[in-house]
Amino acid sequence: MKSRTRTDGDVMAHGVAGVVGGRTGAEAGAGTSVDEGTGTGADEGAGTDGGAEPVGEAADSGDQEAGQDTGAPLAPRARMWPALAAVYRAQLSRARVARIPLLFVATFQSLGIMVLMRGVVDGGAEARAVVAGSSVLVVAFVALNLLAQYFGQLRAGGGLDHYATLPVPAASVVLGAAAAYASFTVPGVVVTAVTGSVLFQLPLGGLWVLVAVVPLAGAALAGLGAALGLLAPRPELATLGGQLGMSAALLLGVLPAGGLPLVVRWARDLLPSTYGVEAFARTFEPHPDWARVVTDLGVCAAVGVLSLAVATRAYRWAATR
Amino acid sequence: MRVEDLVKTYPPVRARRGTPATPAVRATDGICLQVRQGEIFGLLGPNGAGKSTLVRQLTGLLRPDAGVVEVLGHDLVRHPERAARLLAYLGQESSALDELTVSLAAETTARLRGMATAAARVARDEVLAELGLTRLAARPLKKLSGGQRRLACVAAALVGDRPLLVLDEPTTGMDPHARRAVWAAVDRRRAERGVTVLLVTHNVIEAETVLDRVAVLDRGRVIACDTPGGLKAAVGEEVRLELVWRERAPVELPHVAALAAAAVVTGRRWTLRLPPEAAREAVALVTTGEAFEALDDFRLATPSLEDVYVALGGRAAGEDGAEGLVKA
Repeated sequence: MKSRTRTDGDVMAHGVAGVVGGRTGAEAGAGTSVDEGTGTGADEGAGTDGGAEPVGEAADSGDQEAGQDTGAPLAPRARMWPALAAVYRAQLSRARVARIPLLFVATFQSLGIMVLMRGVVDGGAEARAVVAGSSVLVVAFVALNLLAQYFGQLRAGGGLDHYATLPVPAASVVLGAAAAYASFTVPGVVVTAVTGSVLFQLPLGGLWVLVAVVPLAGAALAGLGAALGLLAPRPELATLGGQLGMSAALLLGVLPAGGLPLVVRWARDLLPSTYGVEAFARTFEPHPDWARVVTDLGVCAAVGVLSLAVATRAYRWAATR
Repeated sequence: MRVEDLVKTYPPVRARRGTPATPAVRATDGICLQVRQGEIFGLLGPNGAGKSTLVRQLTGLLRPDAGVVEVLGHDLVRHPERAARLLAYLGQESSALDELTVSLAAETTARLRGMATAAARVARDEVLAELGLTRLAARPLKKLSGGQRRLACVAAALVGDRPLLVLDEPTTGMDPHARRAVWAAVDRRRAERGVTVLLVTHNVIEAETVLDRVAVLDRGRVIACDTPGGLKAAVGEEVRLELVWRERAPVELPHVAALAAAAVVTGRRWTLRLPPEAAREAVALVTTGEAFEALDDFRLATPSLEDVYVALGGRAAGEDGAEGLVKA
């Protein structure tokens, strides 16, 4: 932090010297931005807030000395983690206003499916698949479907302009929203998993694995949802895509894999939610194969990283069309 | 701030089911502007004149096809990402903030402008108090009236210091009290920190009282740029006479019939643009005798920016499918 402030000071000094030749000044101005750009990258991990202050002050004084030709000092960028936290908090608070009814719908849908399947399924691998599938379905409903709708509407309604005219990293906006939507699913997933375990007489001891399943499946599905919402040319298409994704997660996740035709099983393997379902289902077994649980969760994590990266690029593209 | 030869053409859209094809539109067509520091500069023009396209190019949201945008010494065509660090933008949409409380909308925006948590909270409280929003701080924007919601968006735009404010119709739907609060807040920033303001507006009366200079846009071009007074003087001496008749105009009277030829008639209302001499005579004629009995109300006014706009060749309301400057 300190070295960054000093560097900026130096650049400012050049800027002041460059007032005589407007061109030099402009170049010095460009230097400032490059400098801060790299500085920001390095600072992202640190995530402390206080450090930005001295830079701002240095920049203010620079403004008066350097004059207009050199380019006014740029305000600091919002750093990745504090900005992410701010977006996350704001998104989370939206739940109170807009999302609670939909969270109930997501949970009741899964509970209904389990009650329905109770008549057909009699314990064993199938019961494990139904409970795990219904629990992950809540994640698919909220993180994939609702997030796709949210970003689709935000883009169509010009709401992205608000974020695009703030100096906030694209990743903060996308990850903050994705994390909030993944968090929305937690109560529903827990209720579904506990109810399902009781309903199908499965052991409750393995439910702690949800601590890994929800964020990882959440990341994968929220990334897909965000990318879908941001890339869809019209909001209706984003909604449609989100609904179809959720339907796929419902059909391919809840039905046990054993009896499915080969083509459908390929489709099942392509869907990231499947790996969350499988990982969770395995933990109901008397002697879970932990290596395969970790592998399945690893696939979720990899898809999550990939889809969130795609969503971040999609946001950049959508924000400055 | 400097804009030179700014051009943006929207590509033609092919016809789809339900939507007819639209040809390519030159939304900004060689726009040149210079805005000085500390100035409140207005962009005036009817819907579709290119104001929003221009503003989107200035804020780095839209890349121009050609031209120069320089803000406070930074080339925003080459570095559009710097715009967010130089200016605050208030767009027409509030969908990103709608489901937040007023307080959180301001605080989150401040944080995303790079402020630390504590500083963001102080800035939030200040701006809410300044705009008289403290009472509404815990209410979600969605649950507020249109004017209050707009005021909350203004609060989000003003929070966190920026040397340039780009405000797209900031006072839409506000009551006079809220309007005054907004202009006082803007003026304070200008007086204390030399903040420059670029304002898009439809409201001619507000434009005349608030703006230092104004550029009048029509079909993607700047058709005039001066102080409101300067523009009015450029139109000439003509004044506007408005006559409102009780039931119908007494056109059987020869001097009223003579006026009718020069009047723009909308229902019971006649609008005339006349040299001051002629206007005085006309007032004298219609305020005596039979004509006066038929007269409900009359008004004599110096030219408004609306008159300027029409005189400069802008399309008047209702003509050629165009809309006037004043919305209602």
